Amino acid sequence: MEKLNSFENLIRSAWWKVLGAGLLIYSFVFGLVGEVPRKAILNETIRNIYFHVPLWFAMMVLMIASAVFSLKYLSKGLEKHDFFAVSLAQVATVFGVLGFVTGAFWGNYTWGDPLPKDPKIIAVEVGLLIYAAYFVLRGSFEDGQKKARLSAIYNIFAFASFMPLVWILPRLTDSLHPGNGGNPAFGKYDMNNEMRMVFYPAIIGWILIGAWVSSLAYRYRILKTKLDENND
Amino acid sequence: MDLVREVRNLIYKDLVLEWRQKYALSSMLLFVISTVFLCYMSFKLKTNAIEPITWNTLFWIIMLFTAFNTINKSFLQDKNGRQIYLFQLASPEAIILAKICYNILLMSTLSLVAYFIYTAFMGDVVQSVGQFLLAILMGSIGFSSSLTLMAGIASKSDNSAGLMAVLSFPIILPMIVLLIKLSKNAMDGLAFSASYDELSLLGGIDLIVIALSYILFPYLWKS
Repeated sequence: MEKLNSFENLIRSAWWKVLGAGLLIYSFVFGLVGEVPRKAILNETIRNIYFHVPLWFAMMVLMIASAVFSLKYLSKGLEKHDFFAVSLAQVATVFGVLGFVTGAFWGNYTWGDPLPKDPKIIAVEVGLLIYAAYFVLRGSFEDGQKKARLSAIYNIFAFASFMPLVWILPRLTDSLHPGNGGNPAFGKYDMNNEMRMVFYPAIIGWILIGAWVSSLAYRYRILKTKLDENND
Repeated sequence: MDLVREVRNLIYKDLVLEWRQKYALSSMLLFVISTVFLCYMSFKLKTNAIEPITWNTLFWIIMLFTAFNTINKSFLQDKNGRQIYLFQLASPEAIILAKICYNILLMSTLSLVAYFIYTAFMGDVVQSVGQFLLAILMGSIGFSSSLTLMAGIASKSDNSAGLMAVLSFPIILPMIVLLIKLSKNAMDGLAFSASYDELSLLGGIDLIVIALSYILFPYLWKS
């Protein structure tokens, strides 16, 4: 039995997984039945803020974590860091697709079009393309070390060119999203305290669930390589 | 100062190599000419009129694929034996900087040629030529700096041309959008100050990308 460091012990512990699941159940229940302010155009769709925005936040956190593990892989060369990076990127991509779909639903009812002309929508489409390219790159190498090293390089490079795209460009051009193109940022949501009580737990819940699913994907990879080694 | 000397020698090496095997350079030129001619046949001959926005976008798409084809070669022409030889002679930082500089040189020459052929065939609609040339220069710098590392990654695989396009396309997209905006301003003859935003953003992206290539390339070179 190999010795585990404190980080690996944390991954194995159960409390944060239970917390994440609990927060998500809480945000689903109170997000759907709780009181929300009634606003013109938004009406009941304001509840989507508990799903669309936290998914986006969680995707960002997972992408940042993935890039950090790629950096770690390049500096230390340990296989597990590469596994962490790819597992986190996978879950981030799924969250990105979910955020895209919830956003399209929301846009359909508030902006009158599921995919209006908006720099943020273009940014997330490009982001999904970048991560798709990352997985294609991984698929095109047989050799484990070469694959890990090249995809780590691409992951960092892609992350650094994706960030200005999503944070800076939308703020310069006209955008429908709050906080962009001269629109004020979060204050615009005018969330009352009741909404905040659901919104913030939802963010934490999605981040924790994302981390949990990534850790499962990570452990699956570890098991798979061990099995392959035994078979050879 | 060692780095500067190394970079200069490596650029010189690449230039000499390019000059010795002229077929590579002439194939790229021919690629540009035939694509422009294709556009001429399918747009200008058919309808005799082309919208400025189409003119602009077509130009940048031609530039993009020229860049893919040109820069894709930058690590392929050094075959395995020569790469190992270079590995012992020069530092990886010098190699990537030299490749980027060399690609900037190559791309600016090709884009200039492309611009003249393109205006000759498709009609000249640019009002402020100076600004348009600046856009071309910024485009060459941007394409070269972000595609060189991608070419390095792609050259490690068997299907380098396909992988190169897949990897670079999403990364280059924001740059292309900015370039099209910048050259649209030049075509409309807007004042120079109208393009400050785009110019500074492009410069910023270039800086990030060159710095990242400088940092990341040594890891690529090792494998």
